[in-house]
Amino acid sequence: MPLLSVENVTLTFGGLTAIRDLSFQVHAGEIVGLIGPNGAGKTSIFNCITGFYQPASGQIVFDGRSVLGLRPHRRTELGMARTFQNLRLFPNLTAAENVMAGAHCRTRAGLFTSMLRTPAQRLEERQVREMALHWLEFVGLKDQANRFSKNLPYGAQRRLEIARAMASQPKLLLLDEPAAGLNPAEKESLMELIYKIREGGVTPLLIEHDMSLVMRICSRLVVLDHGEKIAEGDPESVRNNPRVIEAYLGKEEEGA
Amino acid sequence: MNTVNARSAGPDRGRLARTGGVVLLLAAAVALPFVSSSPYVLDIAIQMLFYMALALGLNVVVGYAGLLDLGYAAYFAVGAYTLGILTKTFQVNFWLALLAAGVFAMLLGSFIGMTVLRLRSDYLTMVTLGFGEIIRITANNLKITGGPTGIFGIMAPKVFGLSLGQPRNIYFVMLIVVVLSTIAMARLGNSRVGRAWACLREDQDAAEAMGINTLGYKLLAYLTGTFWGGLTGAFFAVKMTAVSPGSFSFMQSVTVLLAVVMGGMGSVPGVVLGGALVILLPEMLRAVSDWRYLVFGAALVLLMLFRPAGLWPARHAGKEEV
Repeated sequence: MPLLSVENVTLTFGGLTAIRDLSFQVHAGEIVGLIGPNGAGKTSIFNCITGFYQPASGQIVFDGRSVLGLRPHRRTELGMARTFQNLRLFPNLTAAENVMAGAHCRTRAGLFTSMLRTPAQRLEERQVREMALHWLEFVGLKDQANRFSKNLPYGAQRRLEIARAMASQPKLLLLDEPAAGLNPAEKESLMELIYKIREGGVTPLLIEHDMSLVMRICSRLVVLDHGEKIAEGDPESVRNNPRVIEAYLGKEEEGA
Repeated sequence: MNTVNARSAGPDRGRLARTGGVVLLLAAAVALPFVSSSPYVLDIAIQMLFYMALALGLNVVVGYAGLLDLGYAAYFAVGAYTLGILTKTFQVNFWLALLAAGVFAMLLGSFIGMTVLRLRSDYLTMVTLGFGEIIRITANNLKITGGPTGIFGIMAPKVFGLSLGQPRNIYFVMLIVVVLSTIAMARLGNSRVGRAWACLREDQDAAEAMGINTLGYKLLAYLTGTFWGGLTGAFFAVKMTAVSPGSFSFMQSVTVLLAVVMGGMGSVPGVVLGGALVILLPEMLRAVSDWRYLVFGAALVLLMLFRPAGLWPARHAGKEEV
């Protein structure tokens, strides 16, 4: 049984069809990359999977159950976590608090227990803080725990977003262009991080523009263009697929 | 070695200073009615306590969750009227009526919240602005609320054998309410719930993606605020022994909001300070009689220019701790 199954999803905005009849699957343990030119619908399908957009038709099955109609926070509870293309950290919270927020759906303390500061609430609070430090260490930001996330360098913010997502204990981690804006050294450590995430039993699904990174890291690629799947397969076969080349480089003129 | 010692001593000394300050302030507050026999001073002190309690309640909505409510006086009014009607017309027990005041304000709040909080936060501002007026006008026209004259002759209840008709007793009751609220709110701000509100305020979509039920938490913040408003309103009715629509104008909502903004949105000590100042400053400016609101206004403009995050800003608005 696949971990995630996108079945014949179509997404429209008014008269514009952003995604047309798209199907693909992600199995636990593989690293799948979603690639395609700008405007191909990659982030749109992420938004459909995580619940920010409602597809006009089709089905999205996660971990054996349909998630259509569930609000994003419910899908996070079921074990999806995501990062955003344009970094959506909580800027005025510290790095540790950002990660602690990620653990929200795995903790319980409510209004009254928090006001009364019950022993259970205090214990949980301690555990959440330790857990936050654990994930900060995981992404190499432990010494930045008390800095406001807005004051962190860009690369660190990218990693912090991954730590925050990991704190929700996901089964599937959706990474929206995690390498965007990173320098080559940072990209290397990002790749190591993604491998480490998979070794921990979390399945990454990533959107990425950086072809060399995608070709090296992904076990399977799904290529989108104009909202449709034009190719799928291992990196080597995708690289040599004429339709993919056409989508990226344009069509060769007749007789040229 | 020295630097390590200095570092570890730093927070401890800060903590000591803070505890000392709180103890001194509390001692002064407890001593006040015994030191000064002036009814005027005591009345101002009681008013300050009312505004502190209201500011603490509104701070959950505005400061913690980032939802702008321009009609907070509505819940204050609902609490006051609920207590007045229940104890006077229906002879309900004071404690029950007190609870009912909070709960009833919260029910009205949930009616507003469930409908408006689904939309973007800006709509709440507009709706609450109207709602505040609706409540006042309704109270002005209903029979059960006594119309424009309101309800008077609310019997002062006895709490632990002390009549709340005595200004000194209501002063101490409100002091206890404010102290307990301060502790509860400070704890709330620094908890899982407080963090969820902070995330909501910072970035609603990201909060939702992190598994935070944004609609639920907005509603929770709003209901907490309305409950506090209703409860404070009930004590207000007891203190005044009368409630009338005139006490719950739009200016009332603005004054509470002012206390929150002036003190520092999201900062518990800040809004307590703000609640005190919105009463104290105009009183202290009585010397300049007609000019006092002009001076007050100018002071506020200066405040916003030089301390835009408030007099005692919340940590997130200030410098980070390294």
